[in-house]
Amino acid sequence: MLSGKRTFTSSMLHNSFDRRAAVFGALQGMVGVLLAGRLTWLAVAENEKYQLLAESNRVNLSLIPPRRGWILDRNGNPLASNKADFRVDLIPERIHDKRETIGHLRTLLGLDEVQVRELEDRLAKASGFAPVEVASGLDWDKFAAVSLRLPDLPGVVTQRGFSRDYPTGPSVGHLIGYVGAASREDWEAEDKSPLLITPGFKIGKDALEKTFDETLRGEPGARRVEVTSGGRIVRDLGTREDVSGKPLKLTINGPLQDYASRRIGLESAAVVVIDCNDGGILTLASMPSFDPNSFVDGIGRVEWKMLNDDDHIPLLNKAVRGLYPPGSTMKPMAALALQMQGVDPEERVSCPGGYRLGSRFFRCDAVHGSVDMRQAIEHSCNTYFWSMSHRVGYDAIAPVARLLGLGQEYDLPGTNQRYGTIPDAAWKKRKYGQEWSAADSLNASIGQGYVLASPLQLAVMTARIASGRNLQPSLLFDKVNPKAPLLPFSPQQLAVVHEGMFDVVNGSGTGGRSRIDINGVKMAGKTGTAQVQTMISRGTGGAWKSRDHALFVCYAPADKPRYAMAVVVEHGTFGARAAAPIAKDVLTFLFDPPTALETLHALEKQWGGTPKQRLDRKYAAYSAQAGLGLTPAEALAAEEAKAKEEAEKKAEDEKKAAEAKQALDASPTPGPSPSPKASPSRSTAPSPVPTAAASGPAPQAVTPAPIGSPAP
Amino acid sequence: MKLAHVPDPVARQPWGVIAPLLALVLLGTAVLHSAAGGSWQPYAASHLMRFAVFLAMALVIARIPQDFFVKMAYPAYAGVLVLLVLVEALGAIGGGSQRWLNLGFMTLQPSELMKPTIVLVLAAFYSNLPPGMTGSWRGLLPALILLGLPAVLVILQPDLGTALAICFGGVVVMFLAGLPLSWFLGAGAVAAVAAPLAFFTLLHDYQRNRVLVFLDPESDPLGTGYHITQSKIAIGSGGIFGKGFGNGSQSHLDYLPEAHTDFVFATMSEEWGMLGGFFVLLVYAQVLRWGLNVARQAPNRFSMLLAAGLTATVFFYAAINLLMVMGLAPVVGIPLPFVSHGGSSMMTVMICFGVIMAVQRWSRKGGTIT
Repeated sequence: MLSGKRTFTSSMLHNSFDRRAAVFGALQGMVGVLLAGRLTWLAVAENEKYQLLAESNRVNLSLIPPRRGWILDRNGNPLASNKADFRVDLIPERIHDKRETIGHLRTLLGLDEVQVRELEDRLAKASGFAPVEVASGLDWDKFAAVSLRLPDLPGVVTQRGFSRDYPTGPSVGHLIGYVGAASREDWEAEDKSPLLITPGFKIGKDALEKTFDETLRGEPGARRVEVTSGGRIVRDLGTREDVSGKPLKLTINGPLQDYASRRIGLESAAVVVIDCNDGGILTLASMPSFDPNSFVDGIGRVEWKMLNDDDHIPLLNKAVRGLYPPGSTMKPMAALALQMQGVDPEERVSCPGGYRLGSRFFRCDAVHGSVDMRQAIEHSCNTYFWSMSHRVGYDAIAPVARLLGLGQEYDLPGTNQRYGTIPDAAWKKRKYGQEWSAADSLNASIGQGYVLASPLQLAVMTARIASGRNLQPSLLFDKVNPKAPLLPFSPQQLAVVHEGMFDVVNGSGTGGRSRIDINGVKMAGKTGTAQVQTMISRGTGGAWKSRDHALFVCYAPADKPRYAMAVVVEHGTFGARAAAPIAKDVLTFLFDPPTALETLHALEKQWGGTPKQRLDRKYAAYSAQAGLGLTPAEALAAEEAKAKEEAEKKAEDEKKAAEAKQALDASPTPGPSPSPKASPSRSTAPSPVPTAAASGPAPQAVTPAPIGSPAP
Repeated sequence: MKLAHVPDPVARQPWGVIAPLLALVLLGTAVLHSAAGGSWQPYAASHLMRFAVFLAMALVIARIPQDFFVKMAYPAYAGVLVLLVLVEALGAIGGGSQRWLNLGFMTLQPSELMKPTIVLVLAAFYSNLPPGMTGSWRGLLPALILLGLPAVLVILQPDLGTALAICFGGVVVMFLAGLPLSWFLGAGAVAAVAAPLAFFTLLHDYQRNRVLVFLDPESDPLGTGYHITQSKIAIGSGGIFGKGFGNGSQSHLDYLPEAHTDFVFATMSEEWGMLGGFFVLLVYAQVLRWGLNVARQAPNRFSMLLAAGLTATVFFYAAINLLMVMGLAPVVGIPLPFVSHGGSSMMTVMICFGVIMAVQRWSRKGGTIT
């Protein structure tokens, strides 16, 4: 057998056959034993592992997104709620034929060209695992039409769930933020939690919705189903209900927030109202705004572009992130600081129409003659504050400004505040490496120069001046502190300032046109007109942008402060003209809602509807310009919807007014107000003051002040 | 076997192989019934029917005398070879590979027919070869040509699994024919060197991929490795007693690919468990043992080689399929005879058994006549 030379015979071959057949049989037997061993190994030793795998194949655990906790105002009205929703999503990685699927959905759901294009956009950006919304808020017929055809539409998911609803839309956009589908970063940050990629699940993306996401989120429910490898559901195995998220109760007064937002109208402005008893923020409005409802389903690129292109910056929360030179609204604070430095409020300063510092002449708005501290506030006399702060120096005023909340960041989760600047010598040295000059003190004393503050800070300052207490602003209803400690001012010192502010509105001061008297409720305030000097990060040029900012701070009732407010109107020209009327109407809404709403409805007729309506119209115009116009039929439908909405809005307003009235009845009735002091009225607007910037011409010359309209 | 009340023609049938096969086919029918979602259509009924037809065919083949096989060996081989060339030609014209011929009433896969035919022709060749030449080139070269031609044609189709089956049957005949052992050892050594080369040059991408994934199924759990992974899940999750008839989730929910054809053993194991698997193994052990015994007791060299070679062909079918579904061999498209749904394989295997039965008859006659 070992060599070819060997001779073979028939019998040898027969023997060889028998041997080799035995070998072959043994080989077969070995394979059989191997197979039996392998079978035993798989079925016995690894049985548990494979049973688990078979179960995870068979059973699909689909999460039910939890209902998000409501966000409530102080009276329990929803600022953010949930509405029942029929929705359709796409899971990109399960789609077989993208174009065909989109084509089917287009027919079934009646999507228009813009919607299809935006869907394609979202699909292109999607990362496979995460659901992409096709449509939500569907009516039953369309929902059923898609549901019936699911077997032919791999990757399409229909769901009956809840979606976030913001009843007052743009009015609460900045305050509450919005929700949206989780991004890849969100998903990875939460250890790839399957909940985050569940169709219909939204997480807070901005402001309160984002900060309190954990509270609001709740526990997802789960539905166990048996599925085929193709994803077809064979049967239900069981369902666990979701646990709704916890509600978040705010100090906000919902109707007031809405009123203030709408009252801002076409301006770019912020209104902040604070409760003088406990520091609770009643209103934190910034307009123009966006409609958080349109972010819920993922904002379209046209709408996004529209918001981004707007020079009124609707995506910026001006109430906490807008910084403005506060102008003359600083004078009440300065008056307190001067008294702390021993200035006698009765001391008179003669205003010859300006103030001479060395060789420079700082021009006041008018020739005020001889004024004391009260009158200096009432008439907003710069000369008085220049001469006094030259005497004490700004380093003595800055600590009081900080004490009243300026330049500070507050503990307000969910707001991304900018804290502005209250300058002093050390600050200037640090920042510019220069010595503080007397001219810096003069500028700062009237809220110009380096001084920057946000509307929220101005409201806090006003609330602290009005109450004499170190109020801490709060947004959370259960976090307010009604027992804030007293500030280190004597009642006499505060009274001087209060009287001055009262006269601004009720005397012959700058805010006289915005006087109110509702059953004895009067307001005290201070106007401000701030020169636009350093509008950085904005294009220059254009008439609107070069106008002065209009500011107004006030509180009411004047004799027993309950509400403090700050209004800042960007480029609104004079505080008395643009800001004070808004403050007046917002306060009126607190004490006499029907009158205030009447005013608002008349104004909105001029402006072209509520912010929501104007936003929608603007969007339509914008998308038409972008070549994505609506068909005539759709335009007609939109018109009808608008008319209906208008009617509903009116009914809602009336309801709100009634609610606000009810809330008001519970508050103490205002007492008699101090008698107004008669004073000659001369001029309203404070003077613009040159900057003392490090580089640049020395602030020698004084630009002539724009002459404001005299108060009546 | 001989019971008084059983008529002689019935009692004479080779029940040692028919009975186990019948049991296996019945199990297969049950599995296919379940795989169709508890329905006789479309698999189970036709499975039973086919078995009846092919069993009848096998019993007819069993009555054919030895002379006829010897005479027909070369013509049959030439005929099937022509069919293979025809398939190749039609494929080239039609643009793409083709494995079957459409005869109108059925599709015929010539490569299937080649499996028993190669054994037949090599058995004929070696029985005619003078014993003295067994160790010379004249005992090897013609056999290699006879084997090489169909193997190359089938590889070109390309159908690696069938080509391997043809080669296996042929090589077993050559081995049993008594060719020097050193040749096989030498060929094995050459193959060990050539295999890696062939792997990287001759194989198609999808074939190469199958081998790679076989070595590491988890590397591609949703692609080619999916088959192996899902098959192991089905077998493993069945446990000892199985999930019960009609309760296999892997097959019923479409996770198991080819649940009624190549991976029918996994379908069966999921529902019938390890015990069902042992039953299948025992049936095959029984029929293969029977085949080899027939070969040992066969009357002459031709019939010995024929029966043993055909047994090897059947063994190759079952072994490769079972190794594959249990993750011990790469995925090759070979069904499990008598359990998988599909006519071709059952026909081939029943031809093999028919011929082995014929050999058994010859040896009985040989016992009486010579």
